[in-house]
Amino acid sequence: MSNLVLMTLLLMVMALAYQLGLTRSKRVAVTTNGTGFRMHSRPTYHGMLVAFWAVVPAAAIFAVWSLAQPGIINALVLAQLPPEFQPTTDTEQRILLRRLANLASGFGLTEEAADYELAAAAYLNQLHGIGRTLMTALMAAVAATALVLAWRRIEPHLRARNQMESIIRWLLIICSTVAILTTVGIVLSMLGEAFRFFTFVNPLDFFFGTTWNPRFSTVGTDGQTGFGMLPLLWGTLMIALIALAVAIPVGLMAAIYMAEYAPSKVRSTAKPIIEVLAGIPTIVYGFFALITVGPFLNQLGASFGLEIRTTSALTAGVVMGIMIIPFISSLSDDIITQVPKAMRDGSLGLGATKSETIRKVVLPAALPGIVGAILLAASRAIGETMIVVLAAGNSPVLTANPFEAVSTMTVTIVNQLTGDLDFASPQSLVAFALGLTLFVITLLLNVVALVIVRKYREQYE
Amino acid sequence: MNTMQVSFGEKKDNAAQAEHAVKMSARDVKVFYGDNEALHGINMDILENEVIAFIGPSGCGKSTFLRCLNRMNDTIDTARVTGLVTLDGKDIYDRSLDVVQLRAQVGMVFQKPNPFPKSIFENIAYGPRLHGLVDNKRDLDEVVESSLRRAGLWDEVKDRLEAPGTGLSGGQQQRLCIARAIAVSPEVILMDEPCSALDPIATSIIEELIDELKGSYTIAIVTHNMQQAARVSDKTAFFHLGNLVELNDTREIFTNPQDSRTEDYITGRFG
Ligand SMILES: Nc1ncnc2c1ncn2[C@@H]1O[C@H](COP(=O)(O)OP(=O)(O)O)[C@@H](O)[C@H]1O
Ligand SMILES: [Mg+2]
Repeated sequence: MSNLVLMTLLLMVMALAYQLGLTRSKRVAVTTNGTGFRMHSRPTYHGMLVAFWAVVPAAAIFAVWSLAQPGIINALVLAQLPPEFQPTTDTEQRILLRRLANLASGFGLTEEAADYELAAAAYLNQLHGIGRTLMTALMAAVAATALVLAWRRIEPHLRARNQMESIIRWLLIICSTVAILTTVGIVLSMLGEAFRFFTFVNPLDFFFGTTWNPRFSTVGTDGQTGFGMLPLLWGTLMIALIALAVAIPVGLMAAIYMAEYAPSKVRSTAKPIIEVLAGIPTIVYGFFALITVGPFLNQLGASFGLEIRTTSALTAGVVMGIMIIPFISSLSDDIITQVPKAMRDGSLGLGATKSETIRKVVLPAALPGIVGAILLAASRAIGETMIVVLAAGNSPVLTANPFEAVSTMTVTIVNQLTGDLDFASPQSLVAFALGLTLFVITLLLNVVALVIVRKYREQYE
Repeated sequence: MNTMQVSFGEKKDNAAQAEHAVKMSARDVKVFYGDNEALHGINMDILENEVIAFIGPSGCGKSTFLRCLNRMNDTIDTARVTGLVTLDGKDIYDRSLDVVQLRAQVGMVFQKPNPFPKSIFENIAYGPRLHGLVDNKRDLDEVVESSLRRAGLWDEVKDRLEAPGTGLSGGQQQRLCIARAIAVSPEVILMDEPCSALDPIATSIIEELIDELKGSYTIAIVTHNMQQAARVSDKTAFFHLGNLVELNDTREIFTNPQDSRTEDYITGRFG
C-alpha cells in the first residue's frame, strides 16, 4: 500500500468519523431532550472532535514510524551480514546500503551481485514488507480505538466546542512555530557555514579586504587570498544609492500628487497601476535593463562625450530604482493621507498655499513614516539579485565611477554557488559569509524602518 | 442645574454704545455640497469689534457659513459657494482678491485644537514667516511673545518654547491655536466650537480670552453651548436647516425670541 493510498484512506476515515460523531450527537440530543438536557456544543463540533481523534493519532504514528523505520531496518540488515563482509568505514557502509537498496528495488545496478548481497537485499525487502504491514495495522487499530472512544464519549455535557477551540489554537501555534523555526534554522545554518568559512579566511581580511579575486588554490593550504568583501559591498551600496536617487524623487512626488492633488478617481486607478511595477518579475527588469536601458544610457552618454558601459552600476541602479518606486510611492501615499485634515486646515487657515502647506506641515509630519518607507525600499534594493546579475556587468572592482561595471554581494553569491561545488572549500563557503552579511544589513534596515514607522503611528492615534 | 441660567456681559446693557461699522456682510449666500444645498441664501452683517455667536442644531450649516467667511470651503472639493461675501466692502470671492491675503485678515480657530507637530515657538512663527511679516529673529521673537501674551499663554510656556506644541494640554493647545491666529494680525477671527473639546475650566479661560480680544478683533464664534453664546457674544444668529432664522442682540434672542423655532431651540425643545 503506497503512502498516497494510506493518506486517502485516512481522509475517508476522517469524513466517516465526522458523520458518525454528527449523527450520534444529534441522536443524543434528541433522546435527552425530553429529560430537559441541552447539548453543550452543536453537533458539528462533536463531529469535528471525533474526526480529529480518529485521524490525528494515526497520522502521528505514520509520521514517527516513517522517520524511524529506515534506520532500524538498515541496522537489522547490517547486523545479519556475514562478519567478513561487514563494512568498516562510514563511506563503505553508505555505499553498501545504497547498493542493497538498489538490488532490492531492482533498479540502478552496475555489476553482478554477490550471494550475500542478494540475501541481504531479500531480507531488506522482507523487512520493508513487515514494517509496512505492522504500521498499517497499528494505524488502523489506533484509529478505530480512538474513533470508538471519542464516539462513545459524546454526551450532552461534553464540551466539544471548547476542546475543538483549543485544538485549533494549538494547530495555529504549531504553524507559526514552524515559520519561526525555519527562520532560526536558516540563520543558524548560515552562521555555521560562515563560521567554517572563517576558519579558512581571516574575518578581518574578509570584511576589510579591498580585492575580490578568490582563486582555486588547494584546499587546506594557508594564505587564502582575494576574499576582500569591500568591492562587493561598495558595488551593492552604489547601485542601491543610484536606485534610491531615482526612486525617492519620483516615488515621493508621485505620492504627493496622489495624496494631495489627484481626484479620488485618478488616485484609485493610478495607485494600483504603479503598484504593478513591484509585481513585475525581476528577471524581466533584468532583460529590460540589458536590452533597452543599457544601450540607451550608452548612447546618451556618447552624445555627451561620456563613456557609459552598457552593463554598469548606472544601468542596474536606474532599473532597480524603477522597480522600487512603488515601495516608496505607495507607502508614502498612505502615510501622507494619514496626516490629519485638521493639520492642513490649520495651515490653510493661516493663509498658506497648498504647496506651502505640503512642504511645511504635511511632509514634516509625515517624514518619519516616509523615511521608514525609504529604508524598506533600500533593503529591497540591497537584496535584489536578478537585475544586477544581468545588468551590473559582474566586475568586482573597487571603483567610484558609476559608468563602470561593478558586482554586488548577491551576484557574487550566485557566481560562487553555480557550477561544480565543493562545499568544503572557501570558494563556496564564502557565499554563506556574504549572505550572512547581507542578511544583517537588510535586517538592520528593516528594524530601523519598522521602529520609525511605529513611532510615527503613535503620534496620531 | 436643569434650569438654564442666562447671564449677560455688562457692556450689552449699554444701549447707548456707538453703532459699529459693518465689517463683513453676506448677501444671498448659498453653499452646495455636490447637488445638496446646505445653505439657502444667508443675509448677514457682522459689525466691527463685535462678537457674534452662531447657534443652531447640529448640521444646520453654522460651520459651513463660518467657512464661507474666509473661503475655507475652497478646500473642500465638492463645495460651491454662490452669492456675495464682503470684507470692508470688498467682494472676497472676487478673482482679483488673493485668498492668502484674505486668510491673513480673517483668521480661524478650529473645533479640535490642531497645533502643528512642531515646537510652540514654530507654531506661532509659522504665520508671520509665511506672510513675510518679520524680517529678523528679534522681531519674530517679539511677535511670538506678544501673541502668546494676548492669548494668555505666555506665562505657562515661556520656559519651554522649544517643546512640541502637541505636548500641551487641550486648553493650552487651543490657546496656542488662538495665539497662532493672532500672530498674523487678523482683523476678524472665526472660531468653530473652540471649546467643544475642552473641560469647563479651560473653557472659561477661553471665554475670558474672547472677552479680552473683542476690543481689537471682530469675532464670529460657532457654539453649541447657549450659556456660552449668552456670556461672550453681543449678537446671536440662530440657524436652522440651512436658513438664518433670526439675528438680533444676544439679550433679545434669549429673552424675547421672535421666531417660534428660535424659542423652541433655546428652551431646549429640540437640538
Ligand atoms: N464636507 C462636506 N461634504 C458634504 N456635505 C457636508 C460637508 N460638510 C458639511 N456638509 C453638510 O452640510 C450641512 C451643514 O453642515 P455643517 O455646516 O457642518 O453644520 P453645523 O456646523 O451647523 O453642525 C450638513 O447637512 C452636512 O451634512
Ligand atoms: Mg460644525
